[in-house]
Amino acid sequence: MSTTDGAAGAEPVLRMENVTKRFRLGGILRRTAHVAVRDASLELGRDEVLGLVGESGSGKSTLGRMAIGLIRPTSGSVTVLGRDILSMRRAELRAYRRRMQMVFQDSSNSLNPRMTLRELLEEPYRVQGLHTPAEREARALALADEVGLARSWMGRLPHEFSGGQRQRVSIARALALEPELIVADEPVSALDVSVQAKVLNLLKDIRRARGLSLLFVSHDMAVVDFMCDRVAVLNGGRVVESGPTSRVLRAPEDDYTRTLLEAVPRL
Amino acid sequence: MTTNSTDDILLDVRGLDIDVLTPEGPRRVVHSLDLTLRRRGTLGIVGESGSGKSMTATAVMGILPETAIASGQVLYRGRDLLSLPARERRAMAGREMGFVFQEPMSALHPTKTIGAQMAAPLRLHLGLTRRQARARSAELLDLVGIPPSRGVLDAYVHQLSGGMRQRVMIAMSISCEPDLLIADEPTTALDATIQKQILDLLAELREELGLSVLLISHDLGLVSRYTDDVVVMLDGHAMESGPTDRVVSAPESGYTRGLLEASPRLGDSPDRLPVIDKSRFTKAVQ
Repeated sequence: MSTTDGAAGAEPVLRMENVTKRFRLGGILRRTAHVAVRDASLELGRDEVLGLVGESGSGKSTLGRMAIGLIRPTSGSVTVLGRDILSMRRAELRAYRRRMQMVFQDSSNSLNPRMTLRELLEEPYRVQGLHTPAEREARALALADEVGLARSWMGRLPHEFSGGQRQRVSIARALALEPELIVADEPVSALDVSVQAKVLNLLKDIRRARGLSLLFVSHDMAVVDFMCDRVAVLNGGRVVESGPTSRVLRAPEDDYTRTLLEAVPRL
Repeated sequence: MTTNSTDDILLDVRGLDIDVLTPEGPRRVVHSLDLTLRRRGTLGIVGESGSGKSMTATAVMGILPETAIASGQVLYRGRDLLSLPARERRAMAGREMGFVFQEPMSALHPTKTIGAQMAAPLRLHLGLTRRQARARSAELLDLVGIPPSRGVLDAYVHQLSGGMRQRVMIAMSISCEPDLLIADEPTTALDATIQKQILDLLAELREELGLSVLLISHDLGLVSRYTDDVVVMLDGHAMESGPTDRVVSAPESGYTRGLLEASPRLGDSPDRLPVIDKSRFTKAVQ
């Protein structure tokens, strides 16, 4: 399977070509390698949502992290907004991170437990050295509004929020620097059905309002069906099938995709 | 199942209340709950976090934390488990009830081989010798789809995959030939394809061994596939109960309907998901 078709003509927001990631395991005497991603290629167009689906160990999270330079591929190329992020120096990459952000699955681990909501929402600006304190505060309030967190909660700590609210905090932090590309790794997997519905609706609304491009990593075919325009199916580190979500999920061409679909409990 | 005499009922929970002691005083987490599980039947308990579904399961199992108090009746073959002395209850629970938990990694011992862990209850409850227990353990693993050639008896839990661990746990749960199997989120940590294998295995074992199964899950879709009857819980209350087919196809409770509609479904993707206003239902029951 070669590159999936992005928006015709326009420069894609993300292009990954023949990306491979090999993790070295073991000690000095017994070296083994685990190939997490093999020769994967994909494209994400502007204002588009691409789903990466697969089971645990399929390489979907590794691929998602490589898309924004959190993991460096062993070989292949990663281009974000027209620039090769693998050739960037560390400082340059850090500055470029403003344009590409990540939302993780378990926000209870990714939020500093001692920071208040206000501090958590102002932190991205502080780290990047942006804005005056007053301006940061105003922006933090606006972010809270955008993701549906009450302004009166600004003094609260992470443990005082529910799982769904913490996920809203993570989304707000990812939005703070106005990125153009967001990688969301299983952003709703840990949530109850009723909470999941709200967070998915929120992600959809924000994505549309901001014209964001989203790489959506998930094991849940139904959630992918709801969120994504196109989907790439991973198995054993390879992209085994990709295309428009409706086509891949209604008329899968690959046996593995079919197996995944058959395993979904249906009502 | 046509007759419905009391002989047909294995587990009958009546007016179960569970209170958790907090510094502010007791807080009721399960309110006058009724459940009926028929012999060889399957009953699902569905709810979101905080619904009281796992508390209910632990009360039936007799492993409620010390800070929780259950009152009402949990009738197992007509005997009230809640009024049974702890020792009798433990003896009974080990033999007649099997438990499968969500996290086999934490339920299994990290530094004992699988074989040693499987042998212990066989020797304690069934009085088997060491050699008999080992042979029986191998048979049980074979029954859950792990052939002796895999060498699992001499393996440790960390050496097994998630699906394999859950198979081992199921093998242990049925080792003393229980009549009732209680599975609390048995597949939540597993991939969908493995989840299906494990639930299909439970269904097969139920047929073969004549088990009754109490299946606790947050996933109404999954429960609808594997149970005869279902109870939907919210904030410690049963919102609705009845035959699973009926509850899923024609839910009477708005909350059940909300749960059905709020979960994304393959091939039927609305632009936005309907949102459940739980507060509407919570108070209505009081």
